[in-house]
Amino acid sequence: MTTSLPQAEELLAALAERMRPAVTPDTALIGIHTGGVWIAQRLHQMFSTRPPLGTVDVSFYRDDYGSRGLHPKIKPSDIPFDVTGADIVLVDDVLHTGRTIRAAMNELFDYGRPRSIRLAALVDRGGRQLPIAAQFVGAELDVAGDEQIELTRDAAGRLGLKLNRAGAA
Amino acid sequence: MTGPNPQLDSHGGLRHLLTTEGLPREIILHILDTAHSFLSIGEREIKKVPLLRGKAIFNLFFEPSTRTRTTFEIAAKRLSADVINLNVGTSSQSKGETLLDTVANLSAMHADMFVVRHSQSGAAHLIARHVAPYIHVVNAGDGRHAHPTQGLLDMFTIRHYKKEFASLRVAIVGDVLHSRVARSQIHALTTLGVPEVRAIGPRTLLPTNVSDLGVHVYHDMAAGLKDVDVVIMLRLQNERMNGALLPSAQEFFKYYGLTPEKLARAKPDAIVMHPGPMNRGIEIDSSVADGRQSVILPQVTFGIAVRMAVMSILAGNA
Repeated sequence: MTTSLPQAEELLAALAERMRPAVTPDTALIGIHTGGVWIAQRLHQMFSTRPPLGTVDVSFYRDDYGSRGLHPKIKPSDIPFDVTGADIVLVDDVLHTGRTIRAAMNELFDYGRPRSIRLAALVDRGGRQLPIAAQFVGAELDVAGDEQIELTRDAAGRLGLKLNRAGAA
Repeated sequence: MTGPNPQLDSHGGLRHLLTTEGLPREIILHILDTAHSFLSIGEREIKKVPLLRGKAIFNLFFEPSTRTRTTFEIAAKRLSADVINLNVGTSSQSKGETLLDTVANLSAMHADMFVVRHSQSGAAHLIARHVAPYIHVVNAGDGRHAHPTQGLLDMFTIRHYKKEFASLRVAIVGDVLHSRVARSQIHALTTLGVPEVRAIGPRTLLPTNVSDLGVHVYHDMAAGLKDVDVVIMLRLQNERMNGALLPSAQEFFKYYGLTPEKLARAKPDAIVMHPGPMNRGIEIDSSVADGRQSVILPQVTFGIAVRMAVMSILAGNA
């Protein structure tokens, strides 16, 4: 079974509209590598928030290290503002099991104690395995369990969504 | 090398780190890339990640070391492992226990990884051949043979300052004969595609076969340093010298000590490295060791990140 996917750029616009009332000049955006960073970059431009954009790669905090080992491509996390006391919005492309978000929150607390963390996701595909929910969502999509939604970015910076069979990606 | 590489598992993943010789380029680059991501952890409020929580890492040092043992210990602790330090020279071995009996006993204490330093070449290989399949071994220096994590942290340092390996001239100066560090550097530099590696030193301190490794040999330091991008000084290893290889330390400094005048032969942006501990006034002048081109202390900091990368990659390849 295949699902037809909406346009990523339209979802991004919808996500930004839902976030807008809740974003202040001091809201700190942190994107989760790799797709979440692309979305966070765009949101950071749109909202012109004061804290510089943060990025996290949660590989050092993942709960599947014991079974799958270290990921082959890890990017450095970079949080160029003081986490303690910050109002943070974590940004990811696809919210699924919630395990990535748990790992990201654990990592953030090793930088300091934020005042609040909220979650923005371009797509919520359901299938949660942890008690985690997004405050801001571009769209909810119903996708078969063996399919993966992948965010792509072309040379011009335009975002797109792609459906992959699990394991084939 | 004959037979399968004892460092790799059946999927080509890193199971032990014993030497940089024959270490595939992709694995070296994976270690360097991963270390890059570990670097910023040292600057955070909480300098720890949970990767190796619940793992027991034994630092087995049969030969004294401060810097290497300490940086391995810090690296393991930043990965949340439990670290047990054993200075074996002063314990069971002096009571007559064999190396493999020591390791078997520690394995019975549920060790997950051994970090081994030994004065005998091949000690880490021997242990790696005899441990249970889930135990990983890191060679932290064996005799004159290899010191792979030092070699890798030196590659990390070079890449950090020079970005690319493909156009570099690298000079390794001094006591190459006794240096496991030099051997590990030469293999790694070659694998990473450095086009010109030079070994500079007196005939008595250069191995006779060093040019077989593709290294250009110089006995005149001024000629050898001309236009190089990286100068790696080696420590004069007094404790490994038997017999009269050198007239005197002063004589050595005159010909092979790195002074500002000799360094001026290298490129103006050349970096100066040293694996430590330094003998000031013997292989390196203080004004160079503390000078603008010296990256000797950053090497130490990078060493922690590189050892974190090695240990987390090994432990992840169950």
